[in-house]
Amino acid sequence: MTGNEVVAWAALAAEADFMYGYPITPQNEIMHYWARLAPHFGRGFLQTEDEMSAGFTMLGGALVGKKTFSATAGPGNVLMQEPISMAEMMRIPGVWVIQQRGGPSTATVIYSQQELRLTTMGGNGEGLRVVYSTASHQELFEYTIKAFNTAWKYRFPTFVLGDGYQAKMREAVTLFRPVEQGWKLVPAEPILRPSGIPALDREPVHLRNTFNIEEELHDRLMAQVADYEQMEPEVVEWEVESSPDTEILIVAHGVVARAAKQTQAQLNRAGLKVGYFRPITVRPFPGTALRDVLMANPHLRLLVVESAYGQLLSMVKAELYGLANPIDTLLKPGVGVTAEEIEVTVRRLMAKEEG
Amino acid sequence: MEEKTAVVQEAMDRPQMPLSWRTETKPHRFCPGCGHGIALKALGEVVDELGILDRVLYGCDIGCSLLSWDFFNFDSIQTHHGRTIPVIVGAKRARPETIGIAYMGDGGGYAIGAQHLVNAALRGEKITAILANNTLYAMTGGQMAPTTLPGQKTGTSPYGREVAKTGAPIQGPELVAAVAPAGSYVARATVGEYQQLKQYLKQALRNQIAGGGFSFVEVLSTCPTNWRTNAKQTWGFLQGEMAKYFKVGEYLVPETTATGEE
Repeated sequence: MTGNEVVAWAALAAEADFMYGYPITPQNEIMHYWARLAPHFGRGFLQTEDEMSAGFTMLGGALVGKKTFSATAGPGNVLMQEPISMAEMMRIPGVWVIQQRGGPSTATVIYSQQELRLTTMGGNGEGLRVVYSTASHQELFEYTIKAFNTAWKYRFPTFVLGDGYQAKMREAVTLFRPVEQGWKLVPAEPILRPSGIPALDREPVHLRNTFNIEEELHDRLMAQVADYEQMEPEVVEWEVESSPDTEILIVAHGVVARAAKQTQAQLNRAGLKVGYFRPITVRPFPGTALRDVLMANPHLRLLVVESAYGQLLSMVKAELYGLANPIDTLLKPGVGVTAEEIEVTVRRLMAKEEG
Repeated sequence: MEEKTAVVQEAMDRPQMPLSWRTETKPHRFCPGCGHGIALKALGEVVDELGILDRVLYGCDIGCSLLSWDFFNFDSIQTHHGRTIPVIVGAKRARPETIGIAYMGDGGGYAIGAQHLVNAALRGEKITAILANNTLYAMTGGQMAPTTLPGQKTGTSPYGREVAKTGAPIQGPELVAAVAPAGSYVARATVGEYQQLKQYLKQALRNQIAGGGFSFVEVLSTCPTNWRTNAKQTWGFLQGEMAKYFKVGEYLVPETTATGEE
């Protein structure tokens, strides 16, 4: 099935209650499949007037104790940042599936990895979010379910960062009921309108995102940063293939990491010492894991590959501050990257090194 | 039951205010002469009379309306500018037994959040939206709003609003009534006519309780701080210029309530 269909099934399996959405390619079929499935499973769907409305209706539903989600892309992701910033400030859980398209502006409806920075750090805040970058349909299914658990457990906005290729491509996937695999689903609790009569059985719940003084905001944010940092080791995920004699480490995320992994396997078979590192959570970034690889191997060269002009690269550089490992790049904003292209680049770098 | 008696006793001992008002946050934070306090008093009394305190979810906007975030004894959420309607719509859709109230100003409802007001009305969302019209943006220091009257001076229309350049004041309830489906309730009230204001708010909430369509009440309100008016001039502007331009009354009434249920 297509990746979009997989996401709809995953949301169903994760016991999502309600999707609020607005049409934008390439995520539309998530809404189509969900809208078709929802009435048969007692779930809800509303097509709103824009992405801001989709995001804010999501927050309304989550506040009264329902698991809500949305899906968007490109300019829709830009508009969605407003409600996401409110979710971030007020610790309102929610899951957003982002199927990246070309940017900036309307650009293409096809594919890119140009929404990495926006999805991880968008909004007028500190980027206190969790972002899973998937590389296959199986991952789309499993990480969508996981995203609901992360969102409702930690109450930070949680994202599945896919792209147009993953959205539209068909591939085999094994769907399952989470409980049958021993996965526990985190239940949703009402933040507003919990049980009891306000002012009689309990205090009324009053929530705000506006503060009167700087220190009030600072204290609130530092408490949230502390929560976030405490969560980091529990949610951070990555994949790595490297040994002490590895010469080049390909760093990539999402669907590009799939090509990178293929390149690495091919070149290893050819006897070349090539490794591979893939952040699965691009926020929080597995910086310690990446540093550990490089500390064990000070002469290792990095090759950062992405379908954007340096968004992953800037994250990698920030994490590696102070280390002297050289970094090479293969940056192709808005277009796909094949395993063959990566192989050509790696071979060229190795030849240069020897020459 | 004992606590309930204590609550009732406390209510009898204190200055007259609705039971659904939160005494800990009184006196409220609005400027002297501001109309919000009157509108919110009417809303509190209506919630008391309808006995829906435990079902209310109250949302307020950015702008002066946000100062009501902890005003009541029911659960509340302060949202972003213009986004109160979608937050309340989302909650209502997710838990339909909720009585959703979205409270906002004219900038939030008619400018930055106009698409939400129009589309919630079009879809007949079963919520109650209350919009205070004081003819300008008050919290940001008195800028021109969609409701600013022709010739009225504000921070961004310092020589008076020129209709030819910036348009005529929006007729909000008229607009909502034109797009809302049958079963919706639409009215314009004023803080100058308290009993009528209460009556309209009650109809708007009754319509939601009955599962009718969208309910919308614009409330003509006052802002002496930004109007730079004394008490007499404030009352005069509300009852004079504003009332002349914005006609008070019911614009759309569901058939069930029109047959004289009250």
